[in-house]
Amino acid sequence: MTDSSRRTFIKGAGTLLAGGLLPVSLVELVFAKTSDNFTFAYISDSHIQQISGNEFVRNFDRGLIRAVAECNLMDPKPDFVIYGGDLAQLGSKPEIDHGLEIMSALNYKTHYVMGEHDYYLDLGEYWESQLGPQHYSFDHKGVHFVILNSILTYDDWTHNRWSSGEERMGVMAGLDNPNGSPFMVGDAQRVWLKKDLDKVSKDTPLVVLSHSPLQKIYKGWNFWTEDAEQIQALLKPFNKVNVLYGHVHQIQYNQIGNISFNSAMATAWPWPYPSSFLKSASHVPKLTVKMNRADPFFERDATGWQFIDVNSGNVDVQYSLTDNKPRTVAFSDKKKQPQDTQYQDKTIPPQEHY
Amino acid sequence: MKKFASWAVFSLLWLVVPVSVAEPLGLPPVPVPADNPQSPEKIALGDKLFHDTRFSATGEVSCATCHDRGKVFTDSPLRVSEGINKLTGTRNAPTVVNAAYMTSMFWDGREPDLEGQSGQPFLNPVEMALPDHQPILDIVRKDPDYVAAFKTVFGKSGDQVTMKEVKQAIASFERTLVSGDSPFDRYYFGGETDAMSAAAIRGLEVFLNRGRCVSCHTISQNYALFTDNRFHNLNVGFERIGKDVTELANAFSAAKATGTDVDIAVLTNKNTSELGRFAVDDQWTSMGGFKTPTLRNIEKTAPYMHDGSLKTLKDVVDFYINGGRVKETDPVNAFQSGGIRQLDFTGRDKSDLVAFMKALTSPDYASEGEKTQ
Repeated sequence: MTDSSRRTFIKGAGTLLAGGLLPVSLVELVFAKTSDNFTFAYISDSHIQQISGNEFVRNFDRGLIRAVAECNLMDPKPDFVIYGGDLAQLGSKPEIDHGLEIMSALNYKTHYVMGEHDYYLDLGEYWESQLGPQHYSFDHKGVHFVILNSILTYDDWTHNRWSSGEERMGVMAGLDNPNGSPFMVGDAQRVWLKKDLDKVSKDTPLVVLSHSPLQKIYKGWNFWTEDAEQIQALLKPFNKVNVLYGHVHQIQYNQIGNISFNSAMATAWPWPYPSSFLKSASHVPKLTVKMNRADPFFERDATGWQFIDVNSGNVDVQYSLTDNKPRTVAFSDKKKQPQDTQYQDKTIPPQEHY
Repeated sequence: MKKFASWAVFSLLWLVVPVSVAEPLGLPPVPVPADNPQSPEKIALGDKLFHDTRFSATGEVSCATCHDRGKVFTDSPLRVSEGINKLTGTRNAPTVVNAAYMTSMFWDGREPDLEGQSGQPFLNPVEMALPDHQPILDIVRKDPDYVAAFKTVFGKSGDQVTMKEVKQAIASFERTLVSGDSPFDRYYFGGETDAMSAAAIRGLEVFLNRGRCVSCHTISQNYALFTDNRFHNLNVGFERIGKDVTELANAFSAAKATGTDVDIAVLTNKNTSELGRFAVDDQWTSMGGFKTPTLRNIEKTAPYMHDGSLKTLKDVVDFYINGGRVKETDPVNAFQSGGIRQLDFTGRDKSDLVAFMKALTSPDYASEGEKTQ
């Protein structure tokens, strides 16, 4: 069965089963194509926050606990899990420890991506002592995976402006803080990335994992990577390139040239959509207060996690959304871009420039 | 004899009262499927079918055994229902009263409507335990009363009478079991300021605000169904499968894919039962979720929750105050609904809330509990 016919069936089955509910275990049993077929799960942005001592914000604990428990139900099992960054809220040892303790209930090997909330207290020192290098690559069943630390910024901002790590972390933790600084992968990692990719054949599917989007969406909220174009240039020679990122706490997908972009939901809270690129001034009150949940009663509303099918070399992202119907953003062979399999009535042209 | 008498009175009532009777205060018009319109004769036929014990393996159990009019169409005070030979299921019988408004049936919503629901208990081994529906068809195609009634209602006889007609008649009867006009309805929708006690009025305030009850037990502008028709994991009974949930869920999904009957599985296996909505829709987010029940006539339908594990309304309030736990030290499962959080109640909030729930009893059932006790 070809990939496109497989996806056609998924869509068809979604319509047949009321509300597009897919028995996931059946999909895999029926459609397992070759031994190379695999899925991995992706959990992100839990923002585990210490109140004091052993007391942590319950809401954010519950989000991660739930995602881990749901992820453990996957059948067939995912080959591994990616954690997309921002495990902690303010990067402290107790927060990282508490987050990792919750993650330890997960039944699978996990690769971690660095988020700015994990980093700016001690520049990733404790995180690295627990989880290893901040960027590396690995191969899995014919797919080349690259993990980048994309939330670095200008050295002057990092090293010369703040009286303490706490102060630096506090500024970077604000979504719309004008004293923040744009994220970047930086020269050193880009040099490493080029060398790493030189060893990979151009028809090998790539999956690049970063915390910030490796595309420019909205600078005001740091939905942004300053050297996005330079990284995209390094990825351009490859046939199938997928970038998966966290940070934005909402479903986003985009295609730039050969590169497909998909975001991850947060387990902690949803962000609204940025007002981005308005020609006239926005009179919406400036956002300075965290929107910590969409439905004030169901605190898990608009949060979730996802699992990813890399069967074709292009990723299909299946979102498991608490208190909502699941959604699937799959790569369309016809349109050559990711698209939501259920919401195609109003298609939005892919972004081609910033 | 008593049952027959009440049936006769009821059907007589329907002969003189127009079918499109106005809905009671506090309830919207009853939704009726286009392919199963109400008629007095169909309702009377459904009533007779509902009370017929011949549709069970022992000839002793009817729908009314667990859905007894004298107990607001439940089997209160049983914790879980008893079918043939006193076999017990896994779940507390939900009332049929106002089920007409629900968008899915059974605690896990495994049937979409009353027609679909009504065919299942006949076959469940711990309920009426027939091997298939044929014994029912044999009776309704031969029994002279039924032959006449099916001919009148559906214009069908002999092999033309199928389970479709049987289920439609039962559903039509159940659609007449609507009940509003409670003190709350008269106070809230009818403007009778003295219809509820001062405690119940304070309890309504708790219900709407501090208690956050209304988020799931909904009150709308012109009516109140007291259910959001959604499924929530409250942390009731889930502890028994908490540790093994992955293995249990995977094994159940595999069994279901090869033809295991969900209705039988969830009522005959206590562990499978606790999978809740997941057993129906296979969604991880539905794990351990059960449908929000209506609160109308709740005082008369103890015990409470899907497994009947809480005895009194006070116990239920304490359970919610503790964030979905009987004791504050009990564990909370990973799948618990994000809506369930510890509540900060002051002194009399608890008794006020109970007083409010007692104001949700309709006059049709107001004295029934006392009568049967």
